[in-house]
Amino acid sequence: MRHRFDVRVGPFGFRVGSDWRAPIAQMEALYAGYPALRDGVADFTVRLSAVRPWRRFVRPSVEIGGDYMLPGAVPLPLRQGLLAAEMAMNLQVALGTRRFLLLHASVVERDGRAVVMTGESGAGKSTLATLLAAHGWRFMGDEFALVDPVTGLLHAFPRAISLKNESVAAARAAWTDARFGPLLTGTPKGDIRHLAPDVRALAAMDTPARPVLLLFPRFGSAADERPVPPAEVFVRLTQASTNYTAMGETGFTALTRLVGGVPAVAIDYPDGATAVAQVEARMALT
Amino acid sequence: MGDGDAVYHAAPVESLLVEPLDVFVAVFHRPSGITHLLTAPAPEILDALRPAGAPLTTAMARLQARFGVEDADPQALTARLDELVAAGLVHRA
Repeated sequence: MRHRFDVRVGPFGFRVGSDWRAPIAQMEALYAGYPALRDGVADFTVRLSAVRPWRRFVRPSVEIGGDYMLPGAVPLPLRQGLLAAEMAMNLQVALGTRRFLLLHASVVERDGRAVVMTGESGAGKSTLATLLAAHGWRFMGDEFALVDPVTGLLHAFPRAISLKNESVAAARAAWTDARFGPLLTGTPKGDIRHLAPDVRALAAMDTPARPVLLLFPRFGSAADERPVPPAEVFVRLTQASTNYTAMGETGFTALTRLVGGVPAVAIDYPDGATAVAQVEARMALT
Repeated sequence: MGDGDAVYHAAPVESLLVEPLDVFVAVFHRPSGITHLLTAPAPEILDALRPAGAPLTTAMARLQARFGVEDADPQALTARLDELVAAGLVHRA
Protein backbone atom coordinates (compact mmCIF):
# COMPACT_ATOMS: atom_id res chain seq x y z
CA MET A 1 0.00 0.00 0.00
CA ARG A 2 1.16 3.52 -0.63
CA HIS A 3 0.79 4.80 2.93
CA ARG A 4 1.25 2.98 6.20
CA PHE A 5 0.73 3.54 9.90
CA ASP A 6 1.79 1.17 12.70
CA VAL A 7 0.50 1.46 16.24
CA ARG A 8 0.11 -0.63 19.37
CA VAL A 9 -3.02 -0.32 21.50
CA GLY A 10 -2.73 -2.40 24.68
CA PRO A 11 -1.87 -5.97 23.74
CA PHE A 12 -2.60 -5.56 20.03
CA GLY A 13 -0.34 -4.27 17.28
CA PHE A 14 -1.97 -2.84 14.15
CA ARG A 15 -0.62 -2.12 10.70
CA VAL A 16 -2.88 0.17 8.69
CA GLY A 17 -2.22 0.53 5.00
CA SER A 18 -4.03 3.05 2.82
CA ASP A 19 -4.19 4.11 -0.80
CA TRP A 20 -4.51 7.70 0.45
CA ARG A 21 -2.44 9.86 2.74
CA ALA A 22 -5.34 11.67 4.48
CA PRO A 23 -6.67 8.93 6.79
CA ILE A 24 -3.10 8.00 7.75
CA ALA A 25 -2.30 11.62 8.65
CA GLN A 26 -5.45 11.77 10.81
CA MET A 27 -4.47 8.56 12.57
CA GLU A 28 -0.94 9.82 13.19
CA ALA A 29 -2.39 12.90 14.89
CA LEU A 30 -4.99 10.98 16.91
CA TYR A 31 -2.58 8.23 17.95
CA ALA A 32 0.37 10.51 18.80
CA GLY A 33 2.00 9.16 21.97
CA TYR A 34 0.97 5.52 21.42
CA PRO A 35 3.76 2.93 21.54
CA ALA A 36 5.35 1.30 18.52
CA LEU A 37 4.72 -2.33 17.57
CA ARG A 38 6.43 -4.91 19.74
CA ASP A 39 9.43 -6.19 17.74
CA GLY A 40 7.87 -4.60 14.69
CA VAL A 41 5.20 -7.28 14.55
CA ALA A 42 1.53 -6.46 13.95
CA ASP A 43 -1.22 -8.77 15.22
CA PHE A 44 -3.75 -7.31 12.79
CA THR A 45 -3.56 -5.73 9.38
CA VAL A 46 -6.08 -3.23 8.07
CA ARG A 47 -6.28 -2.06 4.48
CA LEU A 48 -8.09 0.99 3.16
CA SER A 49 -8.26 0.41 -0.55
CA ALA A 50 -9.72 2.39 -3.39
CA VAL A 51 -12.94 0.65 -4.47
CA ARG A 52 -11.67 0.90 -8.08
CA PRO A 53 -8.24 2.17 -9.00
CA TRP A 54 -9.60 5.34 -10.62
CA ARG A 55 -11.75 5.99 -7.53
CA ARG A 56 -8.58 7.10 -5.81
CA PHE A 57 -9.09 10.39 -7.63
CA VAL A 58 -12.75 10.55 -8.65
CA ARG A 59 -15.24 10.60 -5.74
CA PRO A 60 -12.83 8.49 -3.73
CA SER A 61 -14.41 5.72 -1.73
CA VAL A 62 -12.77 3.54 0.89
CA GLU A 63 -13.14 -0.21 0.99
CA ILE A 64 -12.15 -1.83 4.27
CA GLY A 65 -9.90 -4.86 4.14
CA GLY A 66 -8.01 -6.95 6.64
CA ASP A 67 -7.29 -10.43 7.91
CA TYR A 68 -10.89 -10.82 9.08
CA MET A 69 -13.72 -9.53 6.96
CA LEU A 70 -17.45 -9.27 7.00
CA PRO A 71 -18.88 -9.84 3.54
CA GLY A 72 -20.85 -6.98 2.07
CA ALA A 73 -19.22 -4.16 4.04
CA VAL A 74 -20.30 -0.96 2.37
CA PRO A 75 -17.53 1.38 1.20
CA LEU A 76 -17.30 4.73 2.97
CA PRO A 77 -16.45 8.07 1.37
CA LEU A 78 -12.81 9.09 1.75
CA ARG A 79 -13.58 11.91 4.18
CA GLN A 80 -14.71 9.15 6.55
CA GLY A 81 -11.44 7.27 6.04
CA LEU A 82 -10.49 7.65 9.70
CA LEU A 83 -13.79 6.07 10.72
CA ALA A 84 -13.23 3.30 8.20
CA ALA A 85 -9.82 2.60 9.72
CA GLU A 86 -11.25 2.61 13.25
CA MET A 87 -14.10 0.28 12.26
CA ALA A 88 -11.68 -2.04 10.50
CA MET A 89 -9.38 -2.13 13.55
CA ASN A 90 -12.33 -3.02 15.77
CA LEU A 91 -13.45 -5.69 13.34
CA GLN A 92 -10.03 -7.34 13.32
CA VAL A 93 -9.97 -7.45 17.12
CA ALA A 94 -13.59 -8.56 17.41
CA LEU A 95 -13.23 -11.47 15.02
CA GLY A 96 -9.58 -12.39 15.42
CA THR A 97 -8.89 -12.36 19.15
CA ARG A 98 -8.47 -15.64 20.95
CA ARG A 99 -6.18 -14.63 23.83
CA PHE A 100 -8.93 -12.73 25.61
CA LEU A 101 -12.67 -12.99 26.05
CA LEU A 102 -13.94 -9.79 24.46
CA LEU A 103 -16.89 -7.90 25.87
CA HIS A 104 -18.31 -4.90 24.05
CA ALA A 105 -17.91 -2.55 27.01
CA SER A 106 -16.10 0.45 28.37
CA VAL A 107 -13.73 0.08 31.31
CA VAL A 108 -12.28 2.49 33.86
CA GLU A 109 -9.90 1.73 36.72
CA ARG A 110 -8.86 3.25 40.04
CA ASP A 111 -6.50 1.70 42.61
CA GLY A 112 -6.31 -1.46 40.52
CA ARG A 113 -10.11 -1.93 40.65
CA ALA A 114 -11.99 -1.82 37.39
CA VAL A 115 -15.61 -1.00 36.50
CA VAL A 116 -16.96 -2.63 33.33
CA MET A 117 -19.83 -0.78 31.67
CA THR A 118 -21.85 -2.44 28.97
CA GLY A 119 -25.14 -1.81 27.25
CA GLU A 120 -26.87 -1.08 23.99
CA SER A 121 -25.52 1.61 21.72
CA GLY A 122 -26.70 4.91 23.19
CA ALA A 123 -26.65 3.64 26.80
CA GLY A 124 -23.80 6.06 27.35
CA LYS A 125 -20.91 3.74 28.08
CA SER A 126 -18.39 5.84 26.13
CA THR A 127 -19.61 9.12 27.60
CA LEU A 128 -19.65 7.66 31.10
CA ALA A 129 -16.11 6.33 30.73
CA THR A 130 -15.01 9.76 29.52
CA LEU A 131 -16.67 11.52 32.47
CA LEU A 132 -15.22 9.06 34.98
CA ALA A 133 -11.77 9.54 33.42
CA ALA A 134 -12.21 13.28 33.99
CA HIS A 135 -12.94 12.45 37.66
CA GLY A 136 -9.68 10.69 38.37
CA TRP A 137 -10.34 7.27 36.89
CA ARG A 138 -7.97 5.70 34.41
CA PHE A 139 -9.58 5.14 31.00
CA MET A 140 -8.96 1.55 29.89
CA GLY A 141 -11.16 1.51 26.80
CA ASP A 142 -14.63 2.21 25.47
CA GLU A 143 -14.92 -0.52 22.87
CA PHE A 144 -13.73 -3.83 24.32
CA ALA A 145 -13.10 -5.16 27.79
CA LEU A 146 -10.39 -7.81 27.40
CA VAL A 147 -10.81 -10.59 29.96
CA ASP A 148 -7.70 -12.70 30.45
CA PRO A 149 -9.07 -16.25 30.82
CA VAL A 150 -6.05 -17.36 32.86
CA THR A 151 -5.92 -14.59 35.48
CA GLY A 152 -9.43 -13.16 35.24
CA LEU A 153 -7.85 -9.69 34.99
CA LEU A 154 -8.94 -7.01 32.53
CA HIS A 155 -6.45 -5.67 30.01
CA ALA A 156 -6.69 -2.17 28.62
CA PHE A 157 -7.52 -1.38 25.01
CA PRO A 158 -7.46 2.43 25.18
CA ARG A 159 -8.25 3.15 21.57
CA ALA A 160 -9.38 6.60 20.51
CA ILE A 161 -12.87 7.21 21.93
CA SER A 162 -15.63 7.57 19.38
CA LEU A 163 -18.09 10.18 20.65
CA LYS A 164 -21.41 11.14 19.17
CA ASN A 165 -21.30 14.84 18.39
CA GLU A 166 -23.80 15.71 21.11
CA SER A 167 -21.43 14.20 23.70
CA VAL A 168 -18.42 16.20 22.54
CA ALA A 169 -19.30 19.35 24.49
CA ALA A 170 -19.70 17.40 27.74
CA ALA A 171 -16.41 15.59 27.13
CA ARG A 172 -14.63 18.83 26.33
CA ALA A 173 -15.96 20.47 29.49
CA ALA A 174 -14.93 17.53 31.65
CA TRP A 175 -11.60 16.90 30.01
CA THR A 176 -10.11 20.31 29.26
CA ASP A 177 -6.83 19.19 27.70
CA ALA A 178 -8.52 16.60 25.45
CA ARG A 179 -7.32 16.11 21.89
CA PHE A 180 -10.08 15.62 19.31
CA GLY A 181 -9.99 14.25 15.81
CA PRO A 182 -11.88 15.89 12.95
CA LEU A 183 -15.69 16.08 13.01
CA LEU A 184 -17.02 13.29 10.79
CA THR A 185 -20.51 14.09 9.57
CA GLY A 186 -23.13 11.80 8.11
CA THR A 187 -21.42 8.56 9.09
CA PRO A 188 -23.36 5.33 9.68
CA LYS A 189 -22.99 6.20 13.41
CA GLY A 190 -24.23 9.79 12.95
CA ASP A 191 -21.94 12.77 13.45
CA ILE A 192 -18.95 11.66 15.46
CA ARG A 193 -15.60 12.89 16.70
CA HIS A 194 -12.76 10.87 18.08
CA LEU A 195 -11.17 11.81 21.37
CA ALA A 196 -7.61 10.76 22.18
CA PRO A 197 -7.27 9.12 25.63
CA ASP A 198 -5.12 11.06 28.09
CA VAL A 199 -1.43 10.54 28.83
CA ARG A 200 -2.24 8.51 31.92
CA ALA A 201 -4.36 6.03 29.95
CA LEU A 202 -1.51 5.52 27.49
CA ALA A 203 1.23 5.29 30.12
CA ALA A 204 -0.64 2.55 32.01
CA MET A 205 -2.02 0.65 29.01
CA ASP A 206 0.01 -2.45 29.86
CA THR A 207 -1.19 -2.58 33.47
CA PRO A 208 -4.20 -4.88 33.92
CA ALA A 209 -6.86 -4.41 36.60
CA ARG A 210 -9.19 -6.58 38.64
CA PRO A 211 -12.89 -6.32 37.73
CA VAL A 212 -14.93 -5.36 40.81
CA LEU A 213 -18.18 -4.04 39.33
CA LEU A 214 -20.27 -4.82 36.25
CA LEU A 215 -22.44 -1.88 35.38
CA PHE A 216 -25.38 -1.81 32.95
CA PRO A 217 -26.07 1.91 32.52
CA ARG A 218 -29.13 3.32 30.81
CA PHE A 219 -29.45 6.97 29.97
CA GLY A 220 -32.65 8.97 30.06
CA SER A 221 -34.58 8.09 33.21
CA ALA A 222 -34.59 9.27 36.81
CA ALA A 223 -31.73 7.89 38.87
CA ASP A 224 -32.38 4.30 39.85
CA GLU A 225 -30.41 1.20 40.63
CA ARG A 226 -31.12 -2.52 40.81
CA PRO A 227 -28.94 -5.57 41.23
CA VAL A 228 -28.83 -7.83 38.16
CA PRO A 229 -29.12 -11.56 38.89
CA PRO A 230 -26.20 -13.72 37.71
CA ALA A 231 -28.08 -15.60 34.97
CA GLU A 232 -29.21 -12.31 33.42
CA VAL A 233 -25.65 -11.00 33.63
CA PHE A 234 -24.42 -14.18 31.97
CA VAL A 235 -26.88 -13.85 29.09
CA ARG A 236 -26.23 -10.15 28.62
CA LEU A 237 -22.47 -10.68 28.56
CA THR A 238 -22.65 -13.55 26.06
CA GLN A 239 -24.61 -11.13 23.86
CA ALA A 240 -22.03 -8.39 24.50
CA SER A 241 -19.15 -10.67 23.55
CA THR A 242 -17.88 -10.83 20.00
CA ASN A 243 -15.87 -14.01 20.49
CA TYR A 244 -17.63 -15.99 23.25
CA THR A 245 -18.64 -18.79 20.89
CA ALA A 246 -15.26 -18.89 19.16
CA MET A 247 -13.50 -19.12 22.54
CA GLY A 248 -15.39 -22.35 23.38
CA GLU A 249 -14.74 -23.85 26.79
CA THR A 250 -12.18 -21.14 27.66
CA GLY A 251 -14.81 -18.47 27.09
CA PHE A 252 -17.36 -20.31 29.23
CA THR A 253 -14.92 -20.66 32.11
CA ALA A 254 -13.79 -17.01 31.88
CA LEU A 255 -17.35 -15.74 31.74
CA THR A 256 -18.77 -17.85 34.57
CA ARG A 257 -15.81 -16.80 36.72
CA LEU A 258 -16.49 -13.14 35.99
CA VAL A 259 -20.23 -13.48 36.59
CA GLY A 260 -19.73 -15.48 39.77
CA GLY A 261 -17.10 -13.18 41.25
CA VAL A 262 -18.21 -9.66 40.41
CA PRO A 263 -21.40 -7.88 41.53
CA ALA A 264 -23.60 -6.49 38.77
CA VAL A 265 -25.83 -3.44 38.91
CA ALA A 266 -28.11 -1.76 36.38
CA ILE A 267 -28.41 1.99 36.75
CA ASP A 268 -30.72 4.50 35.16
CA TYR A 269 -29.33 8.02 35.04
CA PRO A 270 -30.69 11.37 33.89
CA ASP A 271 -27.32 13.08 33.30
CA GLY A 272 -23.60 12.47 33.45
CA ALA A 273 -22.96 14.10 36.83
CA THR A 274 -25.63 11.91 38.45
CA ALA A 275 -24.16 8.79 36.85
CA VAL A 276 -20.67 9.61 38.15
CA ALA A 277 -22.12 10.07 41.65
CA GLN A 278 -23.99 6.74 41.34
CA VAL A 279 -20.80 4.91 40.34
CA GLU A 280 -18.83 6.53 43.16
CA ALA A 281 -21.53 5.63 45.72
CA ARG A 282 -21.65 2.07 44.49
CA MET A 283 -17.85 1.74 44.53
CA ALA A 284 -17.79 2.91 48.15
CA LEU A 285 -19.79 -0.26 48.96
CA THR A 286 -17.70 -2.61 46.83
CA MET B 1 -42.67 -38.39 21.55
CA GLY B 2 -40.82 -41.10 23.39
CA ASP B 3 -42.22 -44.60 23.58
CA GLY B 4 -42.45 -46.53 26.81
CA ASP B 5 -39.50 -48.80 26.12
CA ALA B 6 -36.99 -46.16 25.07
CA VAL B 7 -33.95 -45.74 27.29
CA TYR B 8 -32.77 -42.18 27.86
CA HIS B 9 -29.07 -41.45 28.37
CA ALA B 10 -27.73 -38.15 29.72
CA ALA B 11 -24.65 -36.64 28.14
CA PRO B 12 -21.63 -38.02 30.03
CA VAL B 13 -20.59 -35.95 33.04
CA GLU B 14 -17.12 -35.39 31.55
CA SER B 15 -18.67 -33.86 28.42
CA LEU B 16 -20.28 -31.02 30.39
CA LEU B 17 -19.05 -27.99 32.33
CA VAL B 18 -21.68 -27.06 34.89
CA GLU B 19 -21.80 -23.73 36.73
CA PRO B 20 -24.75 -22.89 38.98
CA LEU B 21 -25.59 -19.18 38.54
CA ASP B 22 -28.81 -18.64 40.49
CA VAL B 23 -32.06 -20.44 39.65
CA PHE B 24 -30.33 -21.13 36.33
CA VAL B 25 -27.42 -23.45 35.79
CA ALA B 26 -25.00 -22.66 32.96
CA VAL B 27 -23.98 -25.83 31.12
CA PHE B 28 -21.28 -25.95 28.46
CA HIS B 29 -21.59 -29.01 26.22
CA ARG B 30 -18.06 -29.76 25.07
CA PRO B 31 -18.84 -31.86 21.97
CA SER B 32 -21.09 -29.19 20.44
CA GLY B 33 -19.55 -26.08 22.02
CA ILE B 34 -23.07 -24.93 22.88
CA THR B 35 -23.91 -23.18 26.14
CA HIS B 36 -27.26 -24.02 27.76
CA LEU B 37 -29.02 -22.28 30.62
CA LEU B 38 -31.04 -24.87 32.48
CA THR B 39 -33.56 -24.45 35.22
CA ALA B 40 -35.38 -27.02 37.35
CA PRO B 41 -36.24 -29.76 36.64
CA ALA B 42 -33.70 -30.14 33.78
CA PRO B 43 -30.57 -30.61 35.93
CA GLU B 44 -32.49 -33.05 38.14
CA ILE B 45 -33.64 -35.04 35.10
CA LEU B 46 -30.05 -35.31 33.84
CA ASP B 47 -29.07 -36.57 37.28
CA ALA B 48 -31.91 -39.10 37.23
CA LEU B 49 -30.50 -40.59 34.01
CA ARG B 50 -27.19 -41.32 35.68
CA PRO B 51 -25.09 -43.31 36.26
CA ALA B 52 -26.76 -45.51 33.65
CA GLY B 53 -29.48 -44.52 31.23
CA ALA B 54 -33.06 -45.20 32.21
CA PRO B 55 -36.47 -45.73 30.69
CA LEU B 56 -39.22 -43.31 31.62
CA THR B 57 -40.54 -45.28 34.57
CA THR B 58 -37.09 -45.64 36.17
CA ALA B 59 -36.34 -41.96 35.62
CA MET B 60 -39.63 -41.12 37.35
CA ALA B 61 -38.79 -43.34 40.29
CA ARG B 62 -35.31 -41.84 40.62
CA LEU B 63 -36.69 -38.28 40.51
CA GLN B 64 -39.06 -39.18 43.30
CA ALA B 65 -36.37 -40.89 45.37
CA ARG B 66 -33.57 -38.38 44.87
CA PHE B 67 -35.43 -35.07 44.71
CA GLY B 68 -38.74 -35.83 46.36
CA VAL B 69 -40.67 -35.02 43.21
CA GLU B 70 -44.10 -36.29 44.25
CA ASP B 71 -46.22 -35.11 41.38
CA ALA B 72 -44.05 -36.35 38.51
CA ASP B 73 -46.28 -36.79 35.53
CA PRO B 74 -45.14 -39.18 32.78
CA GLN B 75 -46.38 -36.92 30.01
CA ALA B 76 -44.66 -33.85 31.44
CA LEU B 77 -41.46 -35.80 31.99
CA THR B 78 -41.59 -37.13 28.43
CA ALA B 79 -41.96 -33.56 27.17
CA ARG B 80 -38.96 -32.39 29.24
CA LEU B 81 -36.92 -35.38 28.06
CA ASP B 82 -37.77 -34.58 24.45
CA GLU B 83 -36.58 -31.01 25.01
CA LEU B 84 -33.29 -32.27 26.40
CA VAL B 85 -32.97 -34.65 23.44
CA ALA B 86 -33.53 -31.69 21.08
CA ALA B 87 -30.88 -29.72 23.00
CA GLY B 88 -28.40 -32.54 22.56
CA LEU B 89 -28.00 -33.15 26.29
CA VAL B 90 -29.91 -36.46 26.28
CA HIS B 91 -30.11 -39.18 23.68
CA ARG B 92 -32.70 -41.86 23.30
CA ALA B 93 -31.67 -45.42 22.51
